[in-house]
This record gives sequence, structure tokens and C-alpha cells, in this order.
Amino acid sequence: MSLVLNEDQLMLQESARDFCREKATVAVLRKLRDEKDPRGFSDELWQAMVGLGWAGMAIPEAYGGFEFGYSGLGIVLEETGRTLVPTPLVSTVLLCATAINLAGSDAQKGELLPKVAAGEAVLAFALEEGALHRPSNIALGAEKTADGYTLNGHKVFVLDAHVAEHFVVVARSSDPTDSEDGISLFVVDAATPGISVQQLNMVDNRNAGNVRFDNVKVPADALMGAEGQGRAALERTLDIGRIGLAAEMLGGVQEVFERIVDYLQQRTQFGVQIGAFQALQHRAAIMYSEIELCRSLVRKALLELDRGDDAEDIPALASMCKAKLSEVYELVSNEGIQMHGGIGMTDEFDIGFFIKRARVAQQTLGDASYHRDRYASLRGF
Amino acid sequence: MQDLESFRAETRAWLEENCPASMRTPMPEDEVVWGGRNAEFKNPDSKVWLDRMADKGWTTPTWPAEYGGGGLSKAESMVLAEEMQRIKARPPLVSFGISMLGPVLLEMATHEQKLEHIPKIVRGEIRWCQGYSEPGAGSDLAGLGTKAILDGDEYVINGSKIWTSYADKADWIFCLVRTDFEAPKHSGISFILFDMASPGVTTKPIKLISGNSVFCETFFDNVRVPAGNVVGRLNDGWTIAKRLLQHERTMISGFGLSSGRNNRGGLADSLAQTAMSYRGDTGKLSDPALRDQIAQFMIDSEAFSLTSQRSAQEAKQSKGPNATSSMLKNYGCELNKRRYELALKAAGTQALGWESLTEDGSDFSARELDTTRQWLRSKGNSIEGGTYEVQLNVIAKRVLGLPDMTSMVASNKK
Repeated sequence: MSLVLNEDQLMLQESARDFCREKATVAVLRKLRDEKDPRGFSDELWQAMVGLGWAGMAIPEAYGGFEFGYSGLGIVLEETGRTLVPTPLVSTVLLCATAINLAGSDAQKGELLPKVAAGEAVLAFALEEGALHRPSNIALGAEKTADGYTLNGHKVFVLDAHVAEHFVVVARSSDPTDSEDGISLFVVDAATPGISVQQLNMVDNRNAGNVRFDNVKVPADALMGAEGQGRAALERTLDIGRIGLAAEMLGGVQEVFERIVDYLQQRTQFGVQIGAFQALQHRAAIMYSEIELCRSLVRKALLELDRGDDAEDIPALASMCKAKLSEVYELVSNEGIQMHGGIGMTDEFDIGFFIKRARVAQQTLGDASYHRDRYASLRGF
Repeated sequence: MQDLESFRAETRAWLEENCPASMRTPMPEDEVVWGGRNAEFKNPDSKVWLDRMADKGWTTPTWPAEYGGGGLSKAESMVLAEEMQRIKARPPLVSFGISMLGPVLLEMATHEQKLEHIPKIVRGEIRWCQGYSEPGAGSDLAGLGTKAILDGDEYVINGSKIWTSYADKADWIFCLVRTDFEAPKHSGISFILFDMASPGVTTKPIKLISGNSVFCETFFDNVRVPAGNVVGRLNDGWTIAKRLLQHERTMISGFGLSSGRNNRGGLADSLAQTAMSYRGDTGKLSDPALRDQIAQFMIDSEAFSLTSQRSAQEAKQSKGPNATSSMLKNYGCELNKRRYELALKAAGTQALGWESLTEDGSDFSARELDTTRQWLRSKGNSIEGGTYEVQLNVIAKRVLGLPDMTSMVASNKK
């Protein structure tokens, strides 16, 4: 199985890269931030991406998608990570569409997946309840009623919450709060009475919000899969999300690194290019090596995802990807500032956007220490 | 594909019939077969296995059959490797002839030179050593001073080498010598082959911090070598030297892989289990900091192994070893050093014994003592074959295209 991109994937990469460099640049993010855009992403740009097939990349053809696989979606995420353009790709395509495809009923899939592929719906994944990623610690309750369920609880850091038409909600239908079991997933219309969204202004300027569920009554057919049996689909969704997010982070890491190397070749001090100094050369060479490892991990994990039922070791691969990329994005984004010197500290210069995105991406779906701990457990220690 | 499947079936049947049972068990260090005129076969099956494999050319599966190699395609050799892995067959022969010299001779030597040397490498009849570093030429290898002066149709060689691995056991040496004393330092070096039994060659083992002596000092006192033993063009030895170093780095980077020869059955192979057993833990390692470090190490190891695979796949699409070899060498060495540091932490003072004073190893087991010695040995990984720092220079210059400060320093001196 080849870890090198094939012809089709190279073409996709090139077209995605061209699109991002021409239209979806860091300047787009800067403008959205400066203008305090109420939606937080450019709908026009998003529709152009939808037109390129990005929203339907990993959705089955039967539901209006293109079945280009997670390798394809990973390539697109990687390129958007290079220019930091905000899109609903992570919330809607990577997390919610995946969860619906894995656990949803035929009716749920038939209603929502074609809309996602066509760019007609933004969905948000309501998972976290505290400052840290703790998917086995779910308290939001789903109480069974005569004709459905009543949801009560609070979700935080929900990506794209304030623009979502639907939420995929991770809830507890039985068992104590810290139990692995008793998890149920629901698709909930965002307009349902009792839901209130408080928008958050995050350091990376991407959309997120806290969502309160106050006696939210949902019909029985809002449940995805069997009641209390949502853990497996949740875990797989999260692993796919972690791998996709790692692909986005890989784009950011490579972009920052290339900007660093360019700067080392341009900037002159003491009469020579600063890239001639070993103190900087060696740090650049170390980063290069770490990035090569990141590329192999992400490629491998995406390949495995596309093997479907034959996929091996997905949980460990997801944790390896997220742990390693979190570590390396931290290193490279810090060096991005340090190696650019004073100009790296200015808002006018783009490098600061990357360190901000890096830290949010690091925390999203588990940071390096969360995933090293999980990896150790998966490997039996 | 049909052919490949029938090749697999034939190979499987042949291995089943010809690989002795004891050659399918983990290989202790003292049963590694290095070949040569004075080859030692502690286990007699090793000799049987070597000869059978050499008859088919499968000690060097992809080398041309014309010179005794297996003549297999890349795909067939992968099948052979997989089938050997399947029955856990030992490598029949390990040598610098196979991993370093052979590929360079095949690429750059004359037909006559190949006919003379390649078959003996394939069969393990001649054991080679590498004459590169000198007391005054380490990281600055091109500053070497061993002289070869033409006298009739022979070169007369004078000088000394250091860190010559297994020089005391080797039959022949591939050696870098200076043949032009006026030219810039990189342009006056030639690559020459000669018999270590020649009059004037002496070797002296160097005792290392691990207590072992794998390296030697090697002295040349008026050693006479036929002029025809120069490989490639005269004074163009640096080109060959660099090519060979790429092969050497690829080999050393293999130390970082958790499979293959490094899998010694020692404490370092299964760090987490080792750490848990020395702490009496069940289920979960009780030291959270060590657990985190081991997890980080294992993730890096898996990522490194995937990167080696990817690099090989990319190399197949382009042209042999590439600039990534410096990166892989460095990362592999650092991983191996980390592995042994963690093994020491895992086993506490039990991994800090020097030797056993009891007959039954009740003070220190053989596995524990081996771990200690390997830990010390691993410190050389980031020095041999080009230091860690020199490799970082190579990455910065060749891969990243950063300015070459060392050449600025060199040109300032001139």
C-alpha cells in the first residue's frame, strides 16, 4: 500500500492548493476578523469549495457525495490548513456527516447527507462539556418520554454552533456520568425550543459557541442508532475527526516551515543570510525531520480509513497523528515567531495567525498528552 | 502478477525445505554470520544456510546473476523478504560488502573488478572493512592524509585510519587515499581496494566504553597495491565515497527500526512490559512520567518506520538513495539512543550492572547485562557514519537549500 500520493490525489492536491492560494488566502481570515463577520466564514467562498466537490468528498454517492474517500478530504483539509481559511469543513463534513453516515438511520442520512454535499446545511457537533477533551465524561442527559426524549445540559466549544441548522448531540441516556456506556447520539434541529447558543470569540477567530439545552424535546426519530449504544460510532467519528484535523494541522505546519526557510534565505545580518548560521540551520533541519514523520503518519492514517472494514489500528493511528501533530505544530509555530524575530510579533505579519490556530487545533479533540495517554492504554500499558 | 504468485509459491516451498530449523529462531549476537576467510560458524547450521542461500544468489537477491547475485526484480525480492519474514528466517549473511561496497561497485566499477569482487561478497568468502576516518580527519573527512604514491604499476600507501570497524577480522579494505597533493582537498582523493594481508598493514583494536572492541586503528607502512585496484577515475574518489556514505546511512538508520537485527530479545524491545515487570505493575504502568515518555518514543518509532517505508517507495519512483537518507540516519540513531535510555529507566539499577559475579546470573541476567552494554554502544550511533551535527548540516544545505557556512569557513582559510 503506497504512502505516496497517486495521480488523482496529486491532481486534487494541486487544484486545492491553487484555489486556496488564489482565493482562500490568510487575507480572507484577516478580513473576516477585522470586519467582525457575523457568520465567521465567507459563504461565497464556501459555495465555491462546494462547487469543487469538497463537501461531498467522503460522502457515499447514494447520498449525493463523490466517494473520493478520506484521503481526498485529508488533502483538501491539508491545503485549507496552509491558508487558515475558515470553512465548515471540520464541523459539518468531517465530524457531523461522518457521524450521520456511521450511525444515522436511512431517513437521517437521506435528509442530511445530500444537503451537506450540496453545501445547503451547516451542522455542528455538540460534544465537549468542559475545558478539556473528555469524551468519556458526558453528563448532558437524554430522558425518554412518551414520544421521544428530553435533553438537558450544557455543551461548550461547539464548532460553528451559532450558524448550524442542526446539531449532532452526544448525550447520556443511562449509566453514571463517567461511564463508557449509556451514550446516545441525536440529530437535533437548532430551532428546537430550549436551545440557546452563546457565541465565543476564540483566539483563532474560528466559529465556536457554548450551547445550553433546557428541556429540549426531540422526537424519537432524532435518535441515531440504538439508545445507549452510541459509544462505538462516537469513538470512530472522533478518530476520523482527529485524523482529518491532523491533516489540516499538517498543512499549517508545512506552510509555517516553508515561510521560515524562505525568511532564513532572505534576511541578512552581519553581512550574511541568517540561514548560514548553524544555530538556525540545525533547528530547521530538526523541524524538517519531524515534519517528515508527520507526513507519513497522516498519509498512513488516511489510507487506512479508506480501507473501510479492513482498516487496522485506527484508534492508535488517530492518537499517534493527533499527539505528533500537536507536538510538532507547537514546535514549528513557536519557531515561526522566533526565527522571524520582531516582525513575527506584529499583527501585520501573518505568522501570528498560525500560532493561534495551532493552539486551538492542538486542544480540539484532544491534545498531545491526552493522546499519548490513550495510545499507551491502547498498546496495553 | 500471476508470475509473482507462482514465484511466491516456489520460494515458500524452497525456504520450507532449505532453511534449517535453528535458523528460524532469534539470532544471538555471536551467531551473526559475517563471512570471510576466517569465518566462524558457532552454529553449524549457519554455514549450511549461508551456502544454500549463496548458491541461489539470495544473500544479495537483486544483484545481477552475472556476478553471482539473485537477479531478482524489486518485486520478487520483496516477496522473498516477506516469505523469509513469515518463517522468521535469519539473514544468512551480514556484511559491509553487501550493505556498503557492493552497491557502489555495481554502479561504478569496471566489469573485471565486479567479476573479481562481487561473487566473493555474495558467497561471504571475503570480509570487507572501510578505511575512511583518520585521526585528523573525522567530520572533515575530505581532510584525510593517507598517501598513495605511484611507483611503477603499483601504489605505495602510507598513513593510518581510525574507527575501522572489524579491521582485525577483515580480509580486504575499501580505502580512501590521497593521490593528488596539489588539488583542492575534495579533488585529490581516490577510492582503492586492497588485501589486509598485504605486507605493511597492521591493526590495533580500540577498547570502547562498552568494554567491546569493534573498532580498530589501522596502520599502513609502505603497503604496495596494484594500480588497477583504484575504483572509478583517479582523484574522483570523493564521488564514490559520498555515494557509499548514503548506503551506510541507510544501513545505520535501520538501527532505529524496532524490527530486524536490532530485535535482540532484550529489555529494550518491549520497554513498557519491562518497566511494568520491574515495578510489579499489572495492567497499567504506575510511573506516569515514564509511561508518557515511552508512549512518545513508541509513537515516534512507528512514525519513523512509516517514513522509512515512504522514503523507499519514493526512491523507487526516482533514483536510489536520496537526501532523506541523512534525515533517516539521524532520526534512527536518536531513536535508538532514546530506546536504551528508556530501557535503563525501565529496569533501574538492574540495567546498570557491568558483569555477573555468579554462575546462574542471579545478580544480573544476561539480558540485563546486554542492555547495559548496548546502551553504551548506542552512544556511538550519532557519531559513526557522519555525526548528528554533520547530518543536520547536510539536511540544511542539500534539502533545505540554506547557505553552506562550512564552505565559507573553508574558503576563508584558503
